[in-house]
Amino acid sequence: MTSRKTVLVLGGSSDIGRAAARAFAKAGYDVGLAGRDIAALEPDAADLRARYNIEVGLHKFDALDTASFESFVGGLSALPDVVVSIVGLLGVQQNAESDFAHATTIMRSNYEGPSLILGLFAEKFLVRGNGTIVGVSSVAGDRGRASNYVYGSAKAGFSAFLSGLRARASRGGVHVVTVKPGFVRTKMTEGMKLIGPLTVEAPVVGDAILSAVEKKTDVVYVSGKWRLVMLIIKTLPEAVFKKLKF
Amino acid sequence: MTLVSGWGRFPVVDSDVLRPRSFEAVGEAVAGMAGSVARGNGRAYGDAAIGAVRTIGMTGFDRVRSFDPATGRVRLEAGVLLSDLIDTFGPRGFLPFVVPGTRFVSVGGAIAADVHGKNHHCEGGFGRYVDSILLRTGQGEILEVSREQNSDAFFATVGGMGLTGVILEATMRLRPVETGWIRERVISASDLDAAMRALDAGDAVTYSVAWIDCAARGRDLGRSLIYLGEHAGKDELARDAVAFPAGKNPGLSVPIDLPSMTLNRYSIRAFNELYYRMGARRAGGSHVVSLYPYFFPLDSIADWNRIYGRRGFLQHQCVIPEQGARAVLGEILDRVSRRGDASFLAVLKKLGQGDGILSFPLPGYTLALDFPLKGDILNFLDEIDRLVVAAGGRLYLAKDARQSRATFEAGYPALSRFNAIRKSLDPACNIRSKLSQRLFDEV
Ligand SMILES: Cc1cc2nc3c(=O)[nH]c(=O)nc-3n(C[C@H](O)[C@H](O)[C@H](O)COP(=O)(O)OP(=O)(O)OC[C@H]3O[C@@H](n4cnc5c(N)ncnc54)[C@H](O)[C@@H]3O)c2cc1C
Repeated sequence: MTSRKTVLVLGGSSDIGRAAARAFAKAGYDVGLAGRDIAALEPDAADLRARYNIEVGLHKFDALDTASFESFVGGLSALPDVVVSIVGLLGVQQNAESDFAHATTIMRSNYEGPSLILGLFAEKFLVRGNGTIVGVSSVAGDRGRASNYVYGSAKAGFSAFLSGLRARASRGGVHVVTVKPGFVRTKMTEGMKLIGPLTVEAPVVGDAILSAVEKKTDVVYVSGKWRLVMLIIKTLPEAVFKKLKF
Repeated sequence: MTLVSGWGRFPVVDSDVLRPRSFEAVGEAVAGMAGSVARGNGRAYGDAAIGAVRTIGMTGFDRVRSFDPATGRVRLEAGVLLSDLIDTFGPRGFLPFVVPGTRFVSVGGAIAADVHGKNHHCEGGFGRYVDSILLRTGQGEILEVSREQNSDAFFATVGGMGLTGVILEATMRLRPVETGWIRERVISASDLDAAMRALDAGDAVTYSVAWIDCAARGRDLGRSLIYLGEHAGKDELARDAVAFPAGKNPGLSVPIDLPSMTLNRYSIRAFNELYYRMGARRAGGSHVVSLYPYFFPLDSIADWNRIYGRRGFLQHQCVIPEQGARAVLGEILDRVSRRGDASFLAVLKKLGQGDGILSFPLPGYTLALDFPLKGDILNFLDEIDRLVVAAGGRLYLAKDARQSRATFEAGYPALSRFNAIRKSLDPACNIRSKLSQRLFDEV
């Protein structure tokens, strides 16, 4: 056991997960990486140990297997100080329109799984009396768009869950952060047309997550430009919005 | 297909760009189609990092595999940037032995070009500190190559411009340092003779480089500022200074392509006059500066290549053997200053012997110049090349976009040995870049 702070990253093999783990490790945290495939996390664990001389633990975690959540949390050797969920799945909107199974997977990966697991951590943190919870949601949850509303609606649900959880948990000393990245250049967005000035690299998101935790920010739009863009999009009347190709 | 270019933004060509996520996927990308080459962070100026058909982006491979804090030996994936290495291991007391003029280059790119720093004259190039390389050849093998094991492939890969295969990982030594500060001494030289004498006098100093005002003519031809540097120890820092200063991300950036009017002989001359005078005022004593402005003066402005306008620019970097260098350098600088449209500043420095078979450095002086791409610049540079070849010199492949095959062959006499090794590693010639199509005997 060390006296250092600990962070647990759920979805640790994603680009944003790796970036977040690096940001925390650099700041002196010991890190837990959780994901479906432990072997795939090994190289990242080695990277963090070599760079920052910290302790890194690996944990098997599947966000769709909600039945395992209790034992997952119970099986941790210690509760982390910070838990970050980067879990998510973009999926393919067109397929989701007619394929129930695909739509369900998108909904469960972005809403059900992340909400339930973070809710569970919140209960434990409230008992302990401290802790920070970070959920990576998306600007896509701010308003449903024709091009990705299955994903967007699940993110909307997740954002609402986090804001409610924050309101309740803050009274018990537990802080909840909602992160809304816009376009991030990652595996997930590879091959998509991203708008240059609104696009950030994964390390920028990693640093933003760390800074939100340290400064106790509630909601972070990773690029400040998005806050404005989404403000405008949210306030457009539905009659106008539905005509936009967006 | 995507439009791809190097840092100089010339040439711009269509290539199929892939970003593999695993070493197996790299293998598939190479094997799947003849005509691919690895690309690091795209800081080579011309066409070296553009595949004949397919370009394999490597910056996603950015993991450190292991680090030994006792020896500074590190094993890493080829896409790790030197900026990342400096940020990560600098505060732990280690820096790369060799850094080029920008820190935004990948380890793979630094090995492939065997990059030189301001210390080449006494400490050699990047490859000298690389112990082994994990190489994916064009034939499909994954080889560990080092000075002892597959040494031909090792010395062809160091400086081999990606043509022996894709570098997946490397083990290299880092330099132990007490601080991230450099003790710098600036010398002003009133002409080319004085500049060359000052560089010669700096032979025993670890870092040395001269910035030449290439707008100066006549008696002032070659007037320059020489920057000498040594790593500063802890005891040389002010009491409240941090041992390792933080590197800032580029603050300014050039948001658009400036109209090519912005750079003209008047603006260049005015800038250079100011630069020289400001530098000359600091000349004489020594002072301590952070490693970032010392090694990477241009990195503080992101996307500075856009100041040359949309058509891009060419860099011309030659090395001239020591014997007779004075006359040739004088002639080149004279022609450049008469034209009046070259870069703000030219860089002159001394090099030692290169390590790789195709490494650029040879004992002598290297001169680097930027030219906006316009007018008859291509013909002009062909003329300069004739002077270089006649003097037994050569051009740097990492900066080249236009030299002729004849110039290349004259400058690199070990080429046939390189080709033989390359052929044994990749008989079908699957690895092929736009540069190799242009300069090597292939389609
Ligand atoms: C501002 C500036 C200053 C510079 N100063 C210097 C200097 O002082 N000294 C110096 O020597 N150079 C200098 N350079 C050039 C630069 O160091 C080299 O071009 C270097 O190779 C760029 O690295 P990169 O990762 O961007 O590689 P790229 O430009 O992407 O590629 C360069 C070459 O490396 C090969 N390559 C890249 N990655 C791999 C890999 N994984 N496996 C196999 N081959 C690979 C490519 O095929 C290509 O041939 C400078 C460049 C700039 C823009």
